Amino acid sequence: MKARVARSFHLLLLLPVFCCTTNKIHAEQDQVDPLKSPMWQDMRRNLLGDSPVIFDDRVRVLAPGNAEDSMNVPVLVDASALGEVSRLLVFAELNPIHKVLEMEPLQANPLVGFRIKVQQATPVRAAALTPDGTWHVAGRIVEAAGGGCTVPSLGSGDSDWASRMGEVVGRLWPNNDATRLRLRIMHPMDTGLVPGIPAFHIDRLDFLDATGEPLSRLFLYEPVAENPVITLDLPRRDSVTVVGTDNNGNPIEAKIVAGLQEAER
Amino acid sequence: MTLAQGFSSILIALAIVTSAWGGKDYGLKPVEIAPNTYVLLGVNEHFNFRNGGNIVNTGFIVTQAGVVVIDSGPSRLYGEQLRAAIGKVTDKPILKLFNTHLHPDHVLGNQAFEEVPIAALAGTIEGMRQQGESFNDAMYRLAGAWMAGTRVVLPTETVQPGSLEIGGHHLQLIEMKGHSHADLMILDQTTGVLFAADMVFHGRTPTTPHADPNHWLQALQRVAKLDFKLLVPGHGSVIEGPQAIEQTRDYLQWLIAHLTRAAEEGMSMAEVLQPDAPPEISALAVFHQEYQRSVSHLYPAIEAKVLSRGRVVRE
Repeated sequence: MKARVARSFHLLLLLPVFCCTTNKIHAEQDQVDPLKSPMWQDMRRNLLGDSPVIFDDRVRVLAPGNAEDSMNVPVLVDASALGEVSRLLVFAELNPIHKVLEMEPLQANPLVGFRIKVQQATPVRAAALTPDGTWHVAGRIVEAAGGGCTVPSLGSGDSDWASRMGEVVGRLWPNNDATRLRLRIMHPMDTGLVPGIPAFHIDRLDFLDATGEPLSRLFLYEPVAENPVITLDLPRRDSVTVVGTDNNGNPIEAKIVAGLQEAER
Repeated sequence: MTLAQGFSSILIALAIVTSAWGGKDYGLKPVEIAPNTYVLLGVNEHFNFRNGGNIVNTGFIVTQAGVVVIDSGPSRLYGEQLRAAIGKVTDKPILKLFNTHLHPDHVLGNQAFEEVPIAALAGTIEGMRQQGESFNDAMYRLAGAWMAGTRVVLPTETVQPGSLEIGGHHLQLIEMKGHSHADLMILDQTTGVLFAADMVFHGRTPTTPHADPNHWLQALQRVAKLDFKLLVPGHGSVIEGPQAIEQTRDYLQWLIAHLTRAAEEGMSMAEVLQPDAPPEISALAVFHQEYQRSVSHLYPAIEAKVLSRGRVVRE
Protein backbone atom coordinates (compact mmCIF):
# COMPACT_ATOMS: atom_id res chain seq x y z
CA MET A 1 0.00 0.00 0.00
CA LYS A 2 2.77 2.37 0.96
CA ALA A 3 4.63 1.54 -2.16
CA ARG A 4 1.58 2.30 -4.24
CA VAL A 5 1.17 5.75 -2.66
CA ALA A 6 4.82 6.45 -3.24
CA ARG A 7 4.46 5.46 -6.89
CA SER A 8 1.42 7.71 -7.29
CA PHE A 9 3.41 10.47 -5.72
CA HIS A 10 6.14 10.00 -8.25
CA LEU A 11 3.57 10.13 -10.98
CA LEU A 12 2.31 13.40 -9.53
CA LEU A 13 5.83 14.76 -9.69
CA LEU A 14 5.97 13.85 -13.31
CA LEU A 15 2.67 15.54 -14.08
CA PRO A 16 4.02 19.09 -14.55
CA VAL A 17 6.52 17.70 -17.05
CA PHE A 18 3.71 16.09 -19.07
CA CYS A 19 1.73 19.30 -18.88
CA CYS A 20 4.64 21.27 -20.25
CA THR A 21 5.10 18.85 -23.13
CA THR A 22 1.43 18.80 -24.06
CA ASN A 23 1.28 22.59 -23.76
CA LYS A 24 4.11 22.88 -26.20
CA ILE A 25 2.40 20.55 -28.67
CA HIS A 26 -0.86 22.44 -28.22
CA ALA A 27 0.85 25.72 -28.90
CA GLU A 28 1.94 24.41 -32.31
CA GLN A 29 -1.36 22.74 -33.00
CA ASP A 30 -3.17 25.93 -32.18
CA GLN A 31 -1.39 27.82 -34.92
CA VAL A 32 -4.43 28.83 -36.93
CA ASP A 33 -5.04 26.72 -40.01
CA PRO A 34 -5.40 29.30 -42.79
CA LEU A 35 -7.88 26.99 -44.55
CA LYS A 36 -9.90 26.39 -41.34
CA SER A 37 -10.30 22.72 -42.16
CA PRO A 38 -12.09 20.46 -39.65
CA MET A 39 -9.66 17.66 -40.51
CA TRP A 40 -6.40 19.56 -40.10
CA GLN A 41 -5.54 18.30 -36.60
CA ASP A 42 -6.18 14.69 -37.66
CA MET A 43 -4.07 15.09 -40.77
CA ARG A 44 -1.28 16.61 -38.79
CA ARG A 45 -1.31 13.83 -36.22
CA ASN A 46 -1.64 10.98 -38.73
CA LEU A 47 0.63 12.16 -41.51
CA LEU A 48 3.17 14.52 -39.97
CA GLY A 49 3.65 12.96 -36.53
CA ASP A 50 5.25 14.91 -33.72
CA SER A 51 7.54 17.06 -35.84
CA PRO A 52 7.12 20.84 -35.71
CA VAL A 53 4.78 22.24 -38.32
CA ILE A 54 4.53 25.76 -39.69
CA PHE A 55 2.23 27.21 -42.33
CA ASP A 56 4.57 28.64 -44.92
CA ASP A 57 3.76 30.48 -48.13
CA ARG A 58 7.12 29.54 -49.58
CA VAL A 59 5.45 26.24 -50.44
CA ARG A 60 3.46 26.99 -53.58
CA VAL A 61 0.37 24.92 -54.29
CA LEU A 62 -1.17 25.67 -57.69
CA ALA A 63 -4.66 24.32 -58.29
CA PRO A 64 -7.93 25.72 -59.62
CA GLY A 65 -10.44 27.18 -57.16
CA ASN A 66 -13.10 25.04 -58.79
CA ALA A 67 -12.71 21.51 -60.08
CA GLU A 68 -14.25 21.56 -63.54
CA ASP A 69 -13.54 17.84 -63.88
CA SER A 70 -13.39 16.18 -60.47
CA MET A 71 -11.57 13.21 -62.04
CA ASN A 72 -8.74 15.43 -63.27
CA VAL A 73 -7.87 18.36 -61.03
CA PRO A 74 -4.49 19.83 -61.95
CA VAL A 75 -2.07 20.43 -59.07
CA LEU A 76 1.52 21.63 -58.96
CA VAL A 77 3.49 21.78 -55.75
CA ASP A 78 6.73 23.73 -55.61
CA ALA A 79 8.77 23.99 -52.41
CA SER A 80 12.00 25.14 -54.13
CA ALA A 81 11.93 28.42 -52.20
CA LEU A 82 12.75 26.45 -49.02
CA GLY A 83 16.09 25.24 -50.36
CA GLU A 84 16.82 21.67 -49.37
CA VAL A 85 13.73 19.51 -48.90
CA SER A 86 14.01 15.82 -48.00
CA ARG A 87 10.34 14.86 -48.38
CA LEU A 88 7.28 16.35 -49.96
CA LEU A 89 3.87 15.04 -49.01
CA VAL A 90 0.61 15.96 -50.75
CA PHE A 91 -2.77 15.21 -49.23
CA ALA A 92 -6.43 16.10 -49.78
CA GLU A 93 -8.00 15.84 -46.37
CA LEU A 94 -11.71 15.72 -47.23
CA ASN A 95 -11.11 12.98 -49.78
CA PRO A 96 -12.00 9.43 -48.66
CA ILE A 97 -8.33 8.59 -49.23
CA HIS A 98 -6.18 11.42 -47.93
CA LYS A 99 -2.67 10.74 -49.14
CA VAL A 100 -2.19 11.69 -52.76
CA LEU A 101 1.52 11.54 -53.40
CA GLU A 102 4.90 11.56 -51.73
CA MET A 103 8.15 12.76 -53.21
CA GLU A 104 11.72 12.21 -52.21
CA PRO A 105 13.27 14.96 -54.31
CA LEU A 106 16.86 13.53 -54.04
CA GLN A 107 18.65 15.54 -56.76
CA ALA A 108 15.51 17.10 -58.23
CA ASN A 109 13.84 20.36 -57.28
CA PRO A 110 11.12 19.78 -54.71
CA LEU A 111 8.53 20.37 -57.43
CA VAL A 112 5.93 18.01 -58.82
CA GLY A 113 2.95 18.47 -61.13
CA PHE A 114 0.14 15.92 -61.46
CA ARG A 115 -3.67 15.58 -61.47
CA ILE A 116 -5.95 14.24 -58.79
CA LYS A 117 -9.46 12.95 -58.25
CA VAL A 118 -11.55 14.72 -55.62
CA GLN A 119 -14.74 13.41 -54.06
CA GLN A 120 -15.98 16.78 -52.77
CA ALA A 121 -14.65 20.24 -51.98
CA THR A 122 -11.38 19.71 -50.11
CA PRO A 123 -8.18 21.40 -49.06
CA VAL A 124 -5.28 20.23 -51.20
CA ARG A 125 -2.13 20.53 -49.10
CA ALA A 126 1.56 20.07 -49.45
CA ALA A 127 3.97 19.52 -46.57
CA ALA A 128 7.69 19.90 -47.21
CA LEU A 129 10.20 18.52 -44.70
CA THR A 130 13.38 20.58 -44.30
CA PRO A 131 16.63 19.18 -42.79
CA ASP A 132 15.89 20.82 -39.41
CA GLY A 133 12.95 18.42 -39.08
CA THR A 134 10.23 21.01 -39.65
CA TRP A 135 7.23 20.47 -41.91
CA HIS A 136 6.37 23.54 -43.98
CA VAL A 137 2.71 23.38 -44.97
CA ALA A 138 0.61 25.27 -47.52
CA GLY A 139 -2.50 24.53 -49.48
CA ARG A 140 -5.65 25.74 -51.06
CA ILE A 141 -9.28 24.74 -51.17
CA VAL A 142 -10.60 23.20 -54.36
CA GLU A 143 -14.36 23.39 -54.69
CA ALA A 144 -15.88 20.38 -56.42
CA ALA A 145 -19.21 18.93 -57.35
CA GLY A 146 -17.79 15.58 -56.42
CA GLY A 147 -17.79 11.96 -57.43
CA GLY A 148 -14.17 11.78 -58.55
CA CYS A 149 -13.22 8.88 -56.33
CA THR A 150 -16.35 6.77 -56.62
CA VAL A 151 -16.85 7.10 -60.34
CA PRO A 152 -15.10 4.37 -62.32
CA SER A 153 -12.19 5.78 -64.25
CA LEU A 154 -12.74 5.89 -67.97
CA GLY A 155 -9.59 3.86 -68.29
CA SER A 156 -11.10 0.88 -66.57
CA GLY A 157 -14.46 1.46 -68.24
CA ASP A 158 -12.69 1.06 -71.55
CA SER A 159 -12.33 -2.64 -72.32
CA ASP A 160 -9.08 -1.83 -74.10
CA TRP A 161 -7.23 -0.34 -71.12
CA ALA A 162 -5.26 -3.50 -70.37
CA SER A 163 -3.54 -3.49 -73.76
CA ARG A 164 -2.09 -0.02 -73.20
CA MET A 165 -1.38 -0.28 -69.49
CA GLY A 166 2.11 0.84 -68.57
CA GLU A 167 2.62 2.61 -71.89
CA VAL A 168 4.73 5.74 -71.41
CA VAL A 169 4.94 8.92 -73.48
CA GLY A 170 7.22 11.67 -72.32
CA ARG A 171 9.51 14.47 -73.24
CA LEU A 172 12.49 16.36 -71.82
CA TRP A 173 12.87 20.13 -71.90
CA PRO A 174 16.47 21.10 -71.19
CA ASN A 175 16.99 24.35 -69.32
CA ASN A 176 20.26 25.93 -68.24
CA ASP A 177 20.63 24.06 -65.00
CA ALA A 178 17.68 21.69 -65.03
CA THR A 179 15.76 19.30 -67.25
CA ARG A 180 12.01 19.38 -67.10
CA LEU A 181 10.51 15.93 -67.51
CA ARG A 182 6.86 15.50 -68.40
CA LEU A 183 5.46 12.03 -68.89
CA ARG A 184 2.17 10.18 -69.04
CA ILE A 185 1.79 6.59 -67.95
CA MET A 186 -1.31 4.65 -69.01
CA HIS A 187 -2.86 3.18 -65.88
CA PRO A 188 -6.47 3.04 -64.60
CA MET A 189 -5.47 4.20 -61.08
CA ASP A 190 -8.59 2.64 -59.56
CA THR A 191 -9.30 3.73 -56.01
CA GLY A 192 -11.00 0.56 -54.77
CA LEU A 193 -13.99 2.70 -53.77
CA VAL A 194 -16.07 1.70 -56.79
CA PRO A 195 -18.06 -1.49 -56.14
CA GLY A 196 -16.52 -4.45 -57.94
CA ILE A 197 -13.28 -2.69 -58.93
CA PRO A 198 -10.33 -3.30 -56.60
CA ALA A 199 -7.73 -0.68 -55.77
CA PHE A 200 -5.26 -0.79 -58.60
CA HIS A 201 -2.73 1.98 -58.88
CA ILE A 202 0.88 2.82 -59.58
CA ASP A 203 2.59 3.02 -56.21
CA ARG A 204 6.22 3.82 -56.91
CA LEU A 205 8.26 5.54 -59.61
CA ASP A 206 12.05 5.93 -59.56
CA PHE A 207 13.75 8.35 -61.92
CA LEU A 208 17.31 7.37 -62.85
CA ASP A 209 19.97 8.80 -65.09
CA ALA A 210 21.93 6.82 -67.72
CA THR A 211 24.36 5.53 -65.09
CA GLY A 212 21.53 4.25 -62.90
CA GLU A 213 21.97 7.04 -60.38
CA PRO A 214 18.65 7.92 -58.69
CA LEU A 215 17.53 11.47 -59.52
CA SER A 216 14.17 11.51 -57.78
CA ARG A 217 11.49 9.21 -56.38
CA LEU A 218 7.69 9.33 -56.18
CA PHE A 219 5.14 7.28 -54.27
CA LEU A 220 1.64 7.54 -55.76
CA TYR A 221 -1.62 6.79 -53.99
CA GLU A 222 -5.17 6.13 -55.15
CA PRO A 223 -6.30 9.77 -55.61
CA VAL A 224 -3.81 10.42 -58.44
CA ALA A 225 -5.88 10.69 -61.64
CA GLU A 226 -5.94 7.87 -64.17
CA ASN A 227 -3.20 7.83 -66.79
CA PRO A 228 -1.01 10.01 -64.56
CA VAL A 229 0.72 12.97 -66.16
CA ILE A 230 3.75 13.88 -64.06
CA THR A 231 5.96 16.97 -64.23
CA LEU A 232 9.40 17.08 -62.55
CA ASP A 233 12.41 19.40 -62.67
CA LEU A 234 15.49 17.14 -62.63
CA PRO A 235 19.20 17.91 -62.87
CA ARG A 236 20.43 18.43 -66.41
CA ARG A 237 20.54 15.07 -68.22
CA ASP A 238 20.14 13.91 -71.85
CA SER A 239 18.05 10.93 -70.84
CA VAL A 240 15.99 9.85 -67.87
CA THR A 241 14.79 6.34 -67.12
CA VAL A 242 11.59 5.80 -65.17
CA VAL A 243 11.24 2.50 -63.33
CA GLY A 244 8.18 1.69 -61.28
CA THR A 245 5.50 -0.74 -60.20
CA ASP A 246 1.82 -0.77 -59.42
CA ASN A 247 0.27 -2.42 -56.37
CA ASN A 248 -0.15 -5.66 -58.36
CA GLY A 249 3.54 -5.76 -59.16
CA ASN A 250 3.23 -4.86 -62.83
CA PRO A 251 6.48 -3.24 -63.92
CA ILE A 252 6.78 0.15 -65.60
CA GLU A 253 10.00 0.99 -67.39
CA ALA A 254 10.85 3.50 -70.09
CA LYS A 255 13.72 5.75 -71.09
CA ILE A 256 12.91 9.28 -72.15
CA VAL A 257 15.58 10.79 -74.38
CA ALA A 258 16.10 14.49 -75.16
CA GLY A 259 14.80 15.66 -78.53
CA LEU A 260 11.85 14.79 -80.70
CA GLN A 261 10.96 11.69 -82.65
CA GLU A 262 12.83 11.45 -85.97
CA ALA A 263 9.71 11.56 -88.15
CA GLU A 264 8.58 14.77 -86.50
CA ARG A 265 11.81 16.71 -86.76
CA MET B 1 -69.24 39.90 -62.81
CA THR B 2 -68.43 43.40 -61.69
CA LEU B 3 -65.21 45.12 -62.57
CA ALA B 4 -64.01 44.73 -58.96
CA GLN B 5 -64.81 41.00 -59.02
CA GLY B 6 -62.98 40.63 -62.32
CA PHE B 7 -60.00 42.52 -60.99
CA SER B 8 -59.82 40.46 -57.81
CA SER B 9 -60.09 37.18 -59.75
CA ILE B 10 -57.15 38.34 -61.85
CA LEU B 11 -55.25 39.10 -58.66
CA ILE B 12 -56.08 35.66 -57.27
CA ALA B 13 -55.01 33.99 -60.51
CA LEU B 14 -51.77 35.97 -60.42
CA ALA B 15 -51.22 35.00 -56.78
CA ILE B 16 -51.73 31.32 -57.59
CA VAL B 17 -49.23 31.46 -60.44
CA THR B 18 -46.58 33.37 -58.47
CA SER B 19 -46.96 31.13 -55.41
CA ALA B 20 -46.51 28.07 -57.63
CA TRP B 21 -43.24 29.75 -58.69
CA GLY B 22 -42.18 30.06 -55.04
CA GLY B 23 -41.90 33.83 -55.37
CA LYS B 24 -39.03 33.43 -57.83
CA ASP B 25 -39.26 35.56 -60.92
CA TYR B 26 -36.73 35.58 -63.75
CA GLY B 27 -38.24 38.89 -64.87
CA LEU B 28 -38.33 37.72 -68.48
CA LYS B 29 -38.99 40.57 -70.88
CA PRO B 30 -39.36 39.75 -74.55
CA VAL B 31 -37.64 42.39 -76.69
CA GLU B 32 -38.91 42.74 -80.26
CA ILE B 33 -35.73 42.82 -82.34
CA ALA B 34 -37.40 42.42 -85.75
CA PRO B 35 -41.01 42.13 -86.94
CA ASN B 36 -42.70 39.42 -84.85
CA THR B 37 -39.33 38.28 -83.55
CA TYR B 38 -38.52 38.42 -79.84
CA VAL B 39 -35.48 37.71 -77.71
CA LEU B 40 -35.20 37.21 -73.94
CA LEU B 41 -31.70 38.22 -72.91
CA GLY B 42 -29.87 36.52 -70.05
CA VAL B 43 -27.14 38.13 -67.97
CA ASN B 44 -23.44 37.82 -68.88
CA GLU B 45 -22.55 35.85 -65.75
CA HIS B 46 -21.79 32.34 -64.63
CA PHE B 47 -24.64 30.30 -63.09
CA ASN B 48 -25.37 31.42 -59.54
CA PHE B 49 -28.07 31.46 -56.89
CA ARG B 50 -29.10 35.02 -57.82
CA ASN B 51 -29.55 34.60 -61.57
CA GLY B 52 -31.05 31.11 -61.23
CA GLY B 53 -29.30 30.04 -64.43
CA ASN B 54 -30.71 32.85 -66.58
CA ILE B 55 -27.46 33.52 -68.39
CA VAL B 56 -28.82 32.47 -71.76
CA ASN B 57 -30.71 34.01 -74.65
CA THR B 58 -33.95 32.41 -75.76
CA GLY B 59 -36.26 33.69 -78.48
CA PHE B 60 -39.48 33.21 -80.37
CA ILE B 61 -41.02 34.06 -83.72
CA VAL B 62 -44.74 34.79 -83.93
CA THR B 63 -45.77 33.48 -87.36
CA GLN B 64 -49.23 33.58 -88.92
CA ALA B 65 -49.72 29.93 -87.99
CA GLY B 66 -48.37 30.10 -84.46
CA VAL B 67 -45.26 30.56 -82.37
CA VAL B 68 -41.83 29.00 -82.96
CA VAL B 69 -39.69 28.99 -79.81
CA ILE B 70 -35.90 28.77 -79.83
CA ASP B 71 -34.53 27.20 -76.65
CA SER B 72 -36.41 26.78 -73.37
CA GLY B 73 -33.95 28.09 -70.74
CA PRO B 74 -32.24 26.58 -67.70
CA SER B 75 -35.16 25.29 -65.57
CA ARG B 76 -38.78 24.21 -65.44
CA LEU B 77 -39.50 27.59 -63.84
CA TYR B 78 -37.83 29.48 -66.68
CA GLY B 79 -39.81 27.43 -69.22
CA GLU B 80 -43.08 28.26 -67.47
CA GLN B 81 -42.23 31.94 -67.21
CA LEU B 82 -41.12 31.95 -70.85
CA ARG B 83 -44.52 30.56 -71.86
CA ALA B 84 -46.24 33.19 -69.72
CA ALA B 85 -44.13 35.90 -71.36
CA ILE B 86 -45.03 34.60 -74.83
CA GLY B 87 -48.69 34.57 -73.77
CA LYS B 88 -48.51 38.29 -73.05
CA VAL B 89 -47.28 38.96 -76.60
CA THR B 90 -49.66 36.73 -78.55
CA ASP B 91 -52.66 34.44 -78.19
CA LYS B 92 -51.39 32.23 -81.00
CA PRO B 93 -50.59 28.61 -80.13
CA ILE B 94 -47.03 27.39 -79.78
CA LEU B 95 -46.25 25.25 -82.82
CA LYS B 96 -42.76 24.06 -82.10
CA LEU B 97 -39.83 24.39 -79.75
CA PHE B 98 -36.30 24.02 -81.09
CA ASN B 99 -33.41 22.98 -78.83
CA THR B 100 -30.24 24.36 -80.40
CA HIS B 101 -27.85 22.03 -78.57
CA LEU B 102 -27.57 19.82 -75.50
CA HIS B 103 -26.44 22.28 -72.84
CA PRO B 104 -28.65 22.60 -69.76
CA ASP B 105 -29.19 26.37 -69.88
CA HIS B 106 -30.82 25.92 -73.30
CA VAL B 107 -33.02 22.85 -72.75
CA LEU B 108 -34.05 22.34 -69.12
CA GLY B 109 -37.16 24.49 -69.60
CA ASN B 110 -38.55 21.83 -71.99
CA GLN B 111 -40.87 20.59 -69.25
CA ALA B 112 -43.12 23.60 -69.80
CA PHE B 113 -43.50 22.63 -73.47
CA GLU B 114 -44.24 18.94 -73.08
CA GLU B 115 -47.39 18.93 -75.23
CA VAL B 116 -45.60 20.80 -78.03
CA PRO B 117 -43.34 19.13 -80.62
CA ILE B 118 -39.74 19.66 -79.44
CA ALA B 119 -37.20 19.43 -82.24
CA ALA B 120 -33.41 19.03 -82.12
CA LEU B 121 -30.57 17.59 -84.17
CA ALA B 122 -30.04 13.83 -83.74
CA GLY B 123 -26.71 14.40 -81.99
CA THR B 124 -28.32 16.80 -79.55
CA ILE B 125 -31.03 14.30 -78.61
CA GLU B 126 -28.45 11.56 -78.07
CA GLY B 127 -26.27 13.90 -75.99
CA MET B 128 -29.23 14.89 -73.82
CA ARG B 129 -30.18 11.25 -73.38
CA GLN B 130 -26.68 10.42 -72.12
CA GLN B 131 -25.86 13.51 -70.09
CA GLY B 132 -29.11 15.35 -69.39
CA GLU B 133 -29.55 14.03 -65.87
CA SER B 134 -26.02 14.84 -64.78
CA PHE B 135 -26.47 18.36 -66.23
CA ASN B 136 -29.65 18.69 -64.21
CA ASP B 137 -27.81 17.64 -61.02
CA ALA B 138 -25.00 20.08 -61.73
CA MET B 139 -27.46 22.92 -62.38
CA TYR B 140 -29.16 22.29 -59.06
CA ARG B 141 -25.85 22.77 -57.29
CA LEU B 142 -25.03 25.88 -59.31
CA ALA B 143 -28.39 27.66 -59.49
CA GLY B 144 -30.08 26.33 -56.35
CA ALA B 145 -33.79 26.52 -55.61
CA TRP B 146 -34.63 27.98 -59.02
CA MET B 147 -34.13 24.45 -60.35
CA ALA B 148 -36.76 22.85 -58.08
CA GLY B 149 -38.89 20.26 -59.86
CA THR B 150 -36.84 20.37 -63.05
CA ARG B 151 -36.37 17.16 -64.99
CA VAL B 152 -35.00 16.35 -68.41
CA VAL B 153 -37.58 16.26 -71.22
CA LEU B 154 -36.09 14.90 -74.42
CA PRO B 155 -36.95 16.35 -77.83
CA THR B 156 -39.65 14.46 -79.70
CA GLU B 157 -38.59 15.29 -83.28
CA THR B 158 -35.31 15.02 -85.14
CA VAL B 159 -34.41 18.13 -87.10
CA GLN B 160 -33.58 17.60 -90.76
CA PRO B 161 -31.29 20.44 -91.78
CA GLY B 162 -32.63 22.55 -94.65
CA SER B 163 -35.55 24.85 -95.42
CA LEU B 164 -38.74 24.95 -93.41
CA GLU B 165 -41.65 27.27 -94.03
CA ILE B 166 -43.84 28.02 -91.02
CA GLY B 167 -46.69 30.54 -91.11
CA GLY B 168 -45.05 32.69 -93.78
CA HIS B 169 -41.53 32.58 -92.32
CA HIS B 170 -38.83 30.89 -94.37
CA LEU B 171 -36.47 29.27 -91.90
CA GLN B 172 -33.10 27.76 -92.74
CA LEU B 173 -32.19 25.05 -90.25
CA ILE B 174 -28.41 24.87 -90.30
CA GLU B 175 -26.44 22.04 -88.71
CA MET B 176 -23.03 22.99 -87.37
CA LYS B 177 -20.59 21.55 -84.91
CA GLY B 178 -17.78 22.92 -82.82
CA HIS B 179 -19.36 24.34 -79.71
CA SER B 180 -20.85 20.89 -79.18
CA HIS B 181 -21.02 17.90 -81.50
CA ALA B 182 -24.38 19.12 -82.87
CA ASP B 183 -25.24 22.82 -82.99
CA LEU B 184 -28.43 24.04 -84.65
CA MET B 185 -28.61 27.57 -86.02
CA ILE B 186 -31.86 29.02 -87.35
CA LEU B 187 -31.76 31.72 -90.03
CA ASP B 188 -35.14 33.37 -90.56
CA GLN B 189 -34.82 34.52 -94.19
CA THR B 190 -38.07 36.45 -93.89
CA THR B 191 -36.66 38.85 -91.29
CA GLY B 192 -32.91 38.31 -91.71
CA VAL B 193 -32.52 37.26 -88.06
CA LEU B 194 -29.91 34.58 -87.37
CA PHE B 195 -30.36 32.64 -84.16
CA ALA B 196 -26.74 31.58 -83.91
CA ALA B 197 -27.08 29.81 -80.54
CA ASP B 198 -23.78 29.07 -78.79
CA MET B 199 -21.78 28.99 -82.00
CA VAL B 200 -21.47 32.73 -81.36
CA PHE B 201 -20.88 34.53 -78.06
CA HIS B 202 -20.95 38.31 -77.73
CA GLY B 203 -19.10 40.15 -74.98
CA ARG B 204 -18.93 36.95 -72.96
CA THR B 205 -16.21 34.32 -72.89
CA PRO B 206 -17.19 31.28 -75.00
CA THR B 207 -17.62 28.00 -73.13
CA THR B 208 -15.97 24.77 -74.23
CA PRO B 209 -17.18 21.73 -72.23
CA HIS B 210 -18.01 19.80 -75.41
CA ALA B 211 -16.12 21.94 -77.88
CA ASP B 212 -13.86 20.99 -80.72
CA PRO B 213 -12.21 24.39 -81.27
CA ASN B 214 -10.90 23.53 -84.73
CA HIS B 215 -14.33 22.46 -85.96
CA TRP B 216 -15.76 25.53 -84.30
CA LEU B 217 -13.36 27.86 -86.12
CA GLN B 218 -14.13 26.20 -89.46
CA ALA B 219 -17.84 26.55 -88.78
CA LEU B 220 -17.48 30.25 -87.92
CA GLN B 221 -16.17 30.86 -91.43
CA ARG B 222 -19.46 29.45 -92.72
CA VAL B 223 -21.45 31.56 -90.24
CA ALA B 224 -19.71 34.72 -91.45
CA LYS B 225 -20.85 34.01 -95.03
CA LEU B 226 -24.53 33.71 -94.11
CA ASP B 227 -26.83 36.47 -95.29
CA PHE B 228 -28.25 37.91 -92.06
CA LYS B 229 -29.20 41.36 -90.81
CA LEU B 230 -29.23 40.68 -87.10
CA LEU B 231 -27.45 38.02 -85.08
CA VAL B 232 -28.79 36.59 -81.83
CA PRO B 233 -25.88 34.99 -79.97
CA GLY B 234 -26.45 32.25 -77.39
CA HIS B 235 -25.01 34.58 -74.78
CA GLY B 236 -24.60 38.36 -74.97
CA SER B 237 -26.44 41.14 -76.74
CA VAL B 238 -28.04 41.04 -80.20
CA ILE B 239 -25.83 42.59 -82.87
CA GLU B 240 -25.74 43.58 -86.51
CA GLY B 241 -22.75 42.59 -88.56
CA PRO B 242 -19.90 40.18 -88.01
CA GLN B 243 -18.36 41.59 -84.81
CA ALA B 244 -19.56 38.84 -82.45
CA ILE B 245 -18.49 36.14 -84.90
CA GLU B 246 -15.03 37.71 -85.06
CA GLN B 247 -14.89 38.04 -81.29
CA THR B 248 -15.74 34.35 -80.83
CA ARG B 249 -13.16 33.43 -83.49
CA ASP B 250 -10.46 35.63 -81.92
CA TYR B 251 -11.02 34.13 -78.49
CA LEU B 252 -10.85 30.55 -79.76
CA GLN B 253 -7.73 31.28 -81.79
CA TRP B 254 -6.06 32.90 -78.79
CA LEU B 255 -7.11 30.03 -76.52
CA ILE B 256 -5.72 27.29 -78.77
CA ALA B 257 -2.51 29.20 -79.51
CA HIS B 258 -1.97 30.00 -75.85
CA LEU B 259 -2.54 26.43 -74.62
CA THR B 260 -0.49 24.93 -77.44
CA ARG B 261 2.45 27.24 -76.73
CA ALA B 262 2.26 26.40 -73.02
CA ALA B 263 2.25 22.67 -73.77
CA GLU B 264 5.18 23.06 -76.20
CA GLU B 265 7.12 24.84 -73.47
CA GLY B 266 6.54 21.93 -71.10
CA MET B 267 4.13 23.66 -68.75
CA SER B 268 2.23 21.53 -66.28
CA MET B 269 -1.56 21.95 -66.42
CA ALA B 270 -1.71 23.73 -63.07
CA GLU B 271 0.88 26.23 -64.34
CA VAL B 272 -1.39 27.48 -67.14
CA LEU B 273 -4.33 28.40 -64.89
CA GLN B 274 -3.30 32.07 -64.62
CA PRO B 275 -2.88 33.32 -68.19
CA ASP B 276 -1.37 36.45 -69.64
CA ALA B 277 -4.15 37.40 -71.98
CA PRO B 278 -4.38 40.48 -74.18
CA PRO B 279 -6.84 43.07 -72.82
CA GLU B 280 -9.50 42.48 -75.49
CA ILE B 281 -9.57 38.81 -74.43
CA SER B 282 -9.47 39.25 -70.66
CA ALA B 283 -12.15 41.97 -70.89
CA LEU B 284 -14.75 39.39 -71.96
CA ALA B 285 -17.30 38.68 -69.22
CA VAL B 286 -16.44 35.78 -66.85
CA PHE B 287 -13.10 35.36 -68.62
CA HIS B 288 -11.18 33.97 -65.68
CA GLN B 289 -13.72 31.29 -64.75
CA GLU B 290 -14.36 30.17 -68.32
CA TYR B 291 -10.68 30.17 -69.18
CA GLN B 292 -9.91 27.87 -66.23
CA ARG B 293 -12.76 25.59 -67.27
CA SER B 294 -11.37 25.51 -70.80
CA VAL B 295 -7.93 24.52 -69.52
CA SER B 296 -9.60 21.49 -68.01
CA HIS B 297 -11.53 20.71 -71.22
CA LEU B 298 -8.77 21.28 -73.77
CA TYR B 299 -5.30 21.07 -72.24
CA PRO B 300 -5.13 17.28 -71.73
CA ALA B 301 -5.56 16.58 -75.46
CA ILE B 302 -3.18 19.35 -76.55
CA GLU B 303 -0.59 18.17 -74.03
CA ALA B 304 -0.97 14.51 -75.03
CA LYS B 305 -0.10 15.44 -78.61
CA VAL B 306 2.98 17.36 -77.48
CA LEU B 307 4.16 14.57 -75.17
CA SER B 308 3.65 11.88 -77.81
CA ARG B 309 6.29 13.56 -79.97
CA GLY B 310 8.96 12.98 -77.35
CA ARG B 311 11.51 10.16 -77.71
CA VAL B 312 10.75 7.20 -75.49
CA VAL B 313 12.57 3.89 -75.48
CA ARG B 314 10.67 1.11 -73.77
CA GLU B 315 13.27 -0.95 -71.94
